Amino acid sequence: MSEFKIERKEENGVVVLYPQGMLDAHTTPQMESVFEELISGGKYKVAVNLKNLEYISSAGLGVFMAYVETMRENGGDIKFCETPKKIYEVFDLLGFPVLYEFYETEEEAINKFNG
Amino acid sequence: MKDEKKITVKSATDNLKTIREFVAEFAKEHGFRDKQISELTLAVDEAATNIIKHAYKFNPEKEIIITASFENNELKITLRDFGEKFDPDKAPLPDIKNSLKLKKGGGLGIYLMRKLTDELVYNLSSPEFNEISLIKRLK
Repeated sequence: MSEFKIERKEENGVVVLYPQGMLDAHTTPQMESVFEELISGGKYKVAVNLKNLEYISSAGLGVFMAYVETMRENGGDIKFCETPKKIYEVFDLLGFPVLYEFYETEEEAINKFNG
Repeated sequence: MKDEKKITVKSATDNLKTIREFVAEFAKEHGFRDKQISELTLAVDEAATNIIKHAYKFNPEKEIIITASFENNELKITLRDFGEKFDPDKAPLPDIKNSLKLKKGGGLGIYLMRKLTDELVYNLSSPEFNEISLIKRLK
């Protein structure tokens, strides 16, 4: 089974995160520190590309819940893209699609920040 | 015929993966489909995470005993811990919108467990341990 890691890039002022592997209570602190770092660096526009995420539990979802308001208060947001069906089902079960934007492609998610 | 398997793990979050693999393998052996296996695995992860976080307050040296059993088309995963008592009825229903406002994660575990299993049974009658059983039926 694969280790968890988060790659990132920046495009047009939007930070794109690529969590890879399993996001559970064990790996959640890694995700939290990325968000802490983004906030202290004044980066509030975040697109999370979920294409390589294999698993998420509520601990992982909790990170997106805890940080999204700070992003929004500062003119940013957390938007999701390329969400695998299995992962989307967990988000959906908890009503995330009403409170967060999900896009098919990364390009759409990035453009929405600047549109 | 009843099939039963048991593992004991320390209450460290890096064992969540071991627990998920144990549950997935057992469910697969008994003919559950991938979607049902994912649901059960996530529900058990939530139960184990709650034990680590709330019953044991992140002390990684405590024990969680996990028993998987299958009988009459019913798969049951039971988690036993020796930590603090917890009354599931006192857990508030999740209000995600409000959590976002309060910048809080969490509180979703029990809701997910209920959604993802056919039955959830708490046994809190023993003074020595707490037990939660997650049941999924083969359909």
